[in-house]
Amino acid sequence: MFKWLHPYAKSENLYRLSGKFLFWFGWLGTIGAIIGTIWGLAFTPADYQQGDSFRIIYLHVPTAMMSMSGYLGMAIAAFIGTVWQQRHADMTVIALAPVGAVYTFLALFTGAVWGKPTWGTYWVWDARLTSELILLFLYLGVIALYYAYEDKRSGARAAAILAMVGVINVPIIHYSVVWWNSLHQGATVTVFEKPKMDSSMLWPLLINIVAFGLILGALTLMRLRNDLLMKEGHRPWVKKVLEEGR
Amino acid sequence: MTVWLETMRRETLLVMRKKSDVLNPLVFYLLVISLFPLGVGPAPETLARIAPGVIWVAVLLSVMLSLERLFRDDYRDGSLEQLLLSPHVGAGLILAKILSHWLMVCVPILILSPLAALLMGVSPPALVAMMLSLLVATPALSMIGAVGSALTVGVGRSGVLLSLLILPLFIPVLIFATAAIDAAAMSLPYLGQLALLAAFSAAAITLTPFAVLAALKISVQ
Amino acid sequence: MLSARRLSLARQSRQLFSDVSFSLEPGRALLLQGRNGAGKTSMLRILAGLSQADDGQVLWQDSPIQQSENFHASLLYLGHQPAVNVELSPTENLRYLCALHDDNAESIANILVAVGLAGYEDVPAGQLSAGQQRRIALSRLWLSKAPLWILDEPLTALDVKAVAGLEKRFKQHLDAGGMLIVTTHQPAVLPEHATTRLELSCPEPESEASA
Repeated sequence: MFKWLHPYAKSENLYRLSGKFLFWFGWLGTIGAIIGTIWGLAFTPADYQQGDSFRIIYLHVPTAMMSMSGYLGMAIAAFIGTVWQQRHADMTVIALAPVGAVYTFLALFTGAVWGKPTWGTYWVWDARLTSELILLFLYLGVIALYYAYEDKRSGARAAAILAMVGVINVPIIHYSVVWWNSLHQGATVTVFEKPKMDSSMLWPLLINIVAFGLILGALTLMRLRNDLLMKEGHRPWVKKVLEEGR
Repeated sequence: MTVWLETMRRETLLVMRKKSDVLNPLVFYLLVISLFPLGVGPAPETLARIAPGVIWVAVLLSVMLSLERLFRDDYRDGSLEQLLLSPHVGAGLILAKILSHWLMVCVPILILSPLAALLMGVSPPALVAMMLSLLVATPALSMIGAVGSALTVGVGRSGVLLSLLILPLFIPVLIFATAAIDAAAMSLPYLGQLALLAAFSAAAITLTPFAVLAALKISVQ
Repeated sequence: MLSARRLSLARQSRQLFSDVSFSLEPGRALLLQGRNGAGKTSMLRILAGLSQADDGQVLWQDSPIQQSENFHASLLYLGHQPAVNVELSPTENLRYLCALHDDNAESIANILVAVGLAGYEDVPAGQLSAGQQRRIALSRLWLSKAPLWILDEPLTALDVKAVAGLEKRFKQHLDAGGMLIVTTHQPAVLPEHATTRLELSCPEPESEASA
């Protein structure tokens, strides 16, 4: 099934291919994020209930969505690495985990900043924020497990297994937290659900979601490429690549 | 079949020889629970209100403490290599080992829980719900915990790391189990929560042995 | 027959061995030699299927050991650690190991006497000396019917008498058409005519650029 991937199982080919992707991901992501953020912060109309404070959704929603997608992507890489014994897939898991953790942290941070004007306090045990907090712990577990291993290849394999076990649990955790939240504080207004958004508000949000996803991909590729160079430092192709200067 | 029985027999013998492996988590369990009245005050209504959460958090922590030792000795003395080289190695054999852990650690906790309930002033109907929730949910704790234990067995001092890996995965159990006890305390039906816990355990029993096996292979490498 | 095809292994970007190939016929012994850190134990673990080589394959009866139906049943592996639990007695340890590997557990008592552990059958292994613990592990050489033995330094901590007994057992095993892969610093225990030597000499960092 993954026959077409076979040439890229070689580190050098993967390095060069990921370089091309990195270029596009990086530039499109950066430009998109600049456009989406400026549009969202400066040119959209203010919300009639929350005023200008709602504008943080242009950062909060993309980081939150991409932190979840990042975990899913990490688990998919882990699955490929486990089933098809692809060492580079395991390396991708480790390349992605810290980036995803930073996104999760940003989602928590922007959520807290948004919470202050909305709820009058930085932290509320809201379902979305609680899920994000647990997601952060899951990411940290994967990272900590990897660095606990002396042999980094075994560490990457172990982290991959943990990511797969985690991803099965993520929906269960999410729904149990939502259910728990509705049980304990059913009266809380959920500001995160915006069924009707004006299209002038929606477009910058969509642009930012895509752009943040591309940046996540670009950062992951950068980490993966560094890791490839470090791990294969004794191979001739690394020397060749470094002499070419890119 | 004999190999399963021999595995269980061996684990039981080991526990008989080294009683502290079973007793320490139990003492820890009661100790954690008795800390709370000292921390929040002995008012019966306060205690009864927080009892389900306190008791279940204590259960999670004591199970987690006991898990660090699950594969530790076998890893150190080379028995784990022999297990992985056995022609019988597979989910079944792993399951036998984890089942022994459940019998030796979780069942004593279950037996001790009326005492814990007494300390926290839990009402009789809530106690029934608590026992039932422990019965159906602790298998999931043993199974998921075994994955974490297998992943960390090769990494030296792993206690804190183990808690970081598995406590987040225990959260659904905590939520539904405490909800069941809360519901029972208010004389509401709680069969739904128990059914969810049982489903969670069943899924863990079916899926995690494969993850444990894969993790052990990595740890031994 | 066990054969290795072009096995390579690197650790921390240091090449331990590369392109090692050999095959082992029934009735033959393979002696792995090399200085400390040359990768002898890693090689044995790869051959037993406990670790994976970076490149290359290990074949048992012409199929890769990971897919082989009967490789595990044909293998007796004794690693660095003796796989002896210190809380359990020699008899209890061997009962479990026999169950794991489908060996005949009925003769455990006789064999414990034969390896010089008479009177210690029910003493926790933790109270025995290192040499005695090693003898418990080595008892499996008499209990098992596996044709392929992979032994990592089996003579460590053994006294002269035990070494002699082991030498006899090796010869018996090879004469019966068994196979033996072993690392040891006392190569005299192997019958010269049936032994192949394999030297693992890990090259210096400069000369290893073979990608």
